[in-house]
Amino acid sequence: MSEVKEENIQASTPEPIIQLENLSVSYRLPSERIGTFKEYAIRKLQRKIKITKFWALTDISLQVNKGEVFGLIGNNGAGKSTMLKVISKVLKPTKGRVVVYGKIAPLLELGAGFHPELSGRENIFLNGALLGYSRSEMESVFDEIVEFSELEQFINSPVRTYSSGMFARLGFAVATAHMPEILILDEILSVGDEAFQRKCNLRMKNFQQAGATVLMVSHALDMLEGMCNRIAWIDHGKTQKIGEPQEVISAYRGENL
Amino acid sequence: MASTSKPVYDSASYRVSAISELKELGKYRYLLGQLIRRDILTRYKRSVLGVAWTMLNPLGTMLILTFVFSNFFKSEVLHYPVYILSGLLVWNFFSQGTNAAISGLVWGGSLLKRIYIPSSVFGVSAIGTALVNLVLSLVPLVIVMLVDGAPFYLSMLFLPVSILLVTAFTLGFGLFISSLAVFFPDVAEMYQVLLTAWLYLTPIIYPESLISARWLPFYKINPMYWMVKMFRLPIFEGRLPNWQEFLPAFGWAVGMLLVGWIYFTSKTEEYAYRV
Repeated sequence: MSEVKEENIQASTPEPIIQLENLSVSYRLPSERIGTFKEYAIRKLQRKIKITKFWALTDISLQVNKGEVFGLIGNNGAGKSTMLKVISKVLKPTKGRVVVYGKIAPLLELGAGFHPELSGRENIFLNGALLGYSRSEMESVFDEIVEFSELEQFINSPVRTYSSGMFARLGFAVATAHMPEILILDEILSVGDEAFQRKCNLRMKNFQQAGATVLMVSHALDMLEGMCNRIAWIDHGKTQKIGEPQEVISAYRGENL
Repeated sequence: MASTSKPVYDSASYRVSAISELKELGKYRYLLGQLIRRDILTRYKRSVLGVAWTMLNPLGTMLILTFVFSNFFKSEVLHYPVYILSGLLVWNFFSQGTNAAISGLVWGGSLLKRIYIPSSVFGVSAIGTALVNLVLSLVPLVIVMLVDGAPFYLSMLFLPVSILLVTAFTLGFGLFISSLAVFFPDVAEMYQVLLTAWLYLTPIIYPESLISARWLPFYKINPMYWMVKMFRLPIFEGRLPNWQEFLPAFGWAVGMLLVGWIYFTSKTEEYAYRV
């Protein structure tokens, strides 16, 4: 269809797992916040509701292949997170199309969805349920989660007593307990201390070797360069460049220094 | 494009409908259970008496109302505490359930922005929690009936049907109002005022016989009038509702559930943009 895709097919194994076709996403920004019915009704009658459309993404076409570690870079507000949301079914595209050929495991911002009064054990099951797993799926990985997060001693204490590092470890362990076909990471690989970070990176590598696709957003360019097969640079909702990590990152740095 | 495998997600053919959302809810039933469990466990987690408050709460309100109003209505109603409590249980269920549906969707909204979850799960679990509380609060009702020496009727076996009806109505209304509250944040505040007015317009604290015949038709527009009746008749008057009493309750329950569910699911795709 588009030239971008043709290039990608030649560059790597051609089995696509995520396809974006002319994808555009717009947010509606009302010019003023309308909070009550009365206001709404009056303005509706006067036809005074001005909604400005803000295009977070415009006409993006790209393809992520199976088994790739694909990175997204760009300045704040460039549309990276919006793109991840569209791919993970959170937002419906305004225009264009998204096709995904695999089960997605999004990483919740660590600890989102935890209840402070519940114990670590209870939160593992609650968080797993939020990510769409069933009871038996969570029971089968429970011990492994506890071990990976190094929380054996504290697993029956309420989560409010945890340090932020413990919190983050538990969140990461739950979200990555099952190997997904596609793993989505939004700027969260800087979890805990260095030893734990190494553990996280090792887990990512294992996933990748086992054939999982990883889609990650980060500002840690050096880390991305080391981990990714390809990188896309997004700027103001448009793709600036897609290709070899080194090439894209140096182009991005060139523009932003 | 040379893709032989079937896509897991294709935005071009993805459309949230009343039916598809129901299927998704089925897939996420474990989450439903987890959310209900969480809400019941955490509500009184730090209190000494814990879940017992679910039963003590309506009991306390009933005692206060009985104390305050018994001089006014005692001559009108024989077992006044039972009369109050049987209506209060229904009302508490409705007001707690719908309020929890609103706050549940607002809380869940922060997650809905980040990961995919069928959005109805928050409203349904809110009503589920309220339902557990309703069943638990039947215990203080029985205690009050024993203490007050009120008779137990065989017609009380009808209560599961009553509970089903009020649950359907509350779920439908809760989904509807929570969906509105996403688009108009003021609705949540306005609703508290509405609930107070609604409580006094429903014969819960005062006996129905106090309503003048001229105004009674207006009272009967109120769906909660019929829901309360579904509980009062079998518990208090010792008889099953007749068709003229059952059909309005049934109609409101089914109608509200359908309207609420269809309205809620028609807006689902917008929540992640709004909440």
